[in-house]
Amino acid sequence: MTSGTMEREKTREAVGAMRTSVVPSAGAAASAGAAGGMAPAAMDKMVVSNLNLYYKEFHALKDVSLTFPENQVTALIGPSGCGKSTLLKSLNRMNDLVEGCRVEGSITLDGSDAYRDVEVNDLRRRVGMVFQQPNPFPMSVYDNVAFGPRTHGIKKRAELDEIVEQSLRDAAIWDELKDRLKKNALGLSGGQQQRLCIARALAVRPEVLLMDESTSALDPISTAKIEELVAELKKSYTVIMVTHNMLQALRVSDKTAFFLLGEMVEAGDTDTIFTNPGDPRTADYVAGRFG
Amino acid sequence: MSQSAVKEGFARALFVGAAAVSVLAVALICVFLFANGLPAMAQIGIPEFLLGTTWRPANDLYGIFPMIIGSIYVTAGAMLVGVPAGFLCAVFLSRFASGRVAATLKPGVELLAGIPSVVYGFFGLVVIVPLIRDYLPGRGLSLLAAALLLGIMILPTIITVAQSALDAVPQKYYEGALALGADHEHSVFRVVVPAAASGIMAAIVLGVGRAIGETMAVIMVAGNQAVIPGSIFDGVRTMTANIVLEMGYAADLHRGALIATGVVLFVFILLITMLFNVIKKRGEAR
Repeated sequence: MTSGTMEREKTREAVGAMRTSVVPSAGAAASAGAAGGMAPAAMDKMVVSNLNLYYKEFHALKDVSLTFPENQVTALIGPSGCGKSTLLKSLNRMNDLVEGCRVEGSITLDGSDAYRDVEVNDLRRRVGMVFQQPNPFPMSVYDNVAFGPRTHGIKKRAELDEIVEQSLRDAAIWDELKDRLKKNALGLSGGQQQRLCIARALAVRPEVLLMDESTSALDPISTAKIEELVAELKKSYTVIMVTHNMLQALRVSDKTAFFLLGEMVEAGDTDTIFTNPGDPRTADYVAGRFG
Repeated sequence: MSQSAVKEGFARALFVGAAAVSVLAVALICVFLFANGLPAMAQIGIPEFLLGTTWRPANDLYGIFPMIIGSIYVTAGAMLVGVPAGFLCAVFLSRFASGRVAATLKPGVELLAGIPSVVYGFFGLVVIVPLIRDYLPGRGLSLLAAALLLGIMILPTIITVAQSALDAVPQKYYEGALALGADHEHSVFRVVVPAAASGIMAAIVLGVGRAIGETMAVIMVAGNQAVIPGSIFDGVRTMTANIVLEMGYAADLHRGALIATGVVLFVFILLITMLFNVIKKRGEAR
C-alpha cells in the first residue's frame, strides 16, 4: 500500500523531471518541423492540472496533469481502458453526457477554466472533436459542413458557401466532393466520411481539434490521408489525438503522453518517449511487450 | 433423413398456412366488398354515386360526396389536433423526459391506446360536446367535436411510432451535433428529428389511417347529418358513420350503396397503406 503510493510519487517526480527537461526540445522540434514564424517555445493551449475523474465509484483518471502546446500534435497512448479517451472527452466536456461522471481538478483553455469560466457550448465550438466512428449526419454533404456555422447564427448563403468550400479544402476533400455537395453524406466511403467530419469540425473555426482514434475504423490509405492532413492542420490548430496505433503516434505527433490504468505514466517529446522513455512501463508498452 | 424431411415439410406447411390466413382474409374481404359494392355503384352511376351531394335512400338518391368530404374534414381536423401534440410528446418522451417522468408518461400513453372507442365517444358526448354547445355556436354535435376527439384518439398511434423512430436515431448523430457547440434543443430538432423524419411521417400516415377508419366515437359526437358542413360547428357524417347508421335496416340498392361506401373507404385505406410503405421503404433505403 505505502510502497505503491511511494512508487507513484516516484513516477510523478520522474514525469515532472521529464517534462521540464523535454519542453525546450519539443519547442525546438516544433519550430523546425512547422513553417517558420512560430515562437521557439510553444505556448500551452490547454492545461490539465491534477485532474481526477470518477464514473460513479470508478476512479477513471488519477491526478493527471498535462499540457497541450499550441500548434502541435499531442498523442495520448496506452492500452484500452487506460483513460486516454476519457481525458479527451473531458477536454470538450462530452463526459457531461455520462451519468455519474464527476470531475475534480482543472482544465483550462487559454487560461480560463473550461468547467467554470467558459460556457459549455462555446467550449465545444472552440474545442472541436472528430469521433472514432465517422458520424456524418444523414443529410447532404453541404448541410453537414454548414451545420455548425448555421448553429452559430450564420445564415447568408454566400458566406456559408465560402465556409463550406474552405472547410472541405482544409480537410483535403474538396476535389473529391465538390460535385457531390447535394448528395447524402451517408453514401460516401468511410474515409471520405471521416474527412467530411473533420471538415464539419473545422467549419466552426475551432482552436483545438480532438481526434478520438479517428482512423481506427478506416483502411490504410484513408488513414495515411488523414495523417497527412493532421500534419497540415497543426499549422492552424492545436491537435490532440488518442490512438492505439503507436506508429501513428510516432509519425504524426510532437508530444506523447502514456497512460496506464487511469494514471499518466509520463509525457514528453514523442521521439524521447519512443526512443528513451523515463519509465520502464512506457518502455515495455512502446516496445509492444504488453497492451 | 426422411423423417426429418417429413417434419420439415409439415412445419413448412403449418407456417405457410398461418401466413396465408391474413392474406386470405384480405382477399375475401376484397372479393366480398367489390362483388357487392360494384354492381350497386354501376346501377347508381359512378359519377352520381361519388359526386352526388344528396343522400336520400327513400327517393333512391345515393350521392356519398358529403360523406367523403365529411371523412376528409374530420380526419384533417384530427390531424391538426393530434399531429403537433403527438409529435411534440414523442420528442419529449424520447429526448427530454427524465427516466422517472418517461416511466410515468409511457404507461399513460399505452393506456390511451387501450381505451375502447365507445368510451372515447362517451367522453366526447359528456365533456367535449357540452363545452362546444355552451361556449361556441351550434348544437355541439359537430365537425369540431369529432376532430378534437379523434385528435386525442390518434395520439397513442402517433406517439408510439414516432417515439420508436426517434429512439432508433443513433446517439452518434446527437453527440456529433453537441460536439459542434449546438445546444440540446438545437441538436434534437435539427439533427435527431430530421434523421427520424421518415419514421415520423409513417407515424402520421398511420394516424390518418386510424382516424379515417374510426366509427363509433365519431358517430356519438358528429351529429351525422348527410350534408356537406358549412362550418366546423355544423354536424358531419363520415363514410364509416353512414354505413353503421343505416346498415341495420337497409335492403336492395340501399344496402348495395352502403357496401359501395365501404369500397370507397377501402380504397382510401389502401392508398394510405401504400403511402405508408413507400415512406417506410424510403427511410430504409437511406
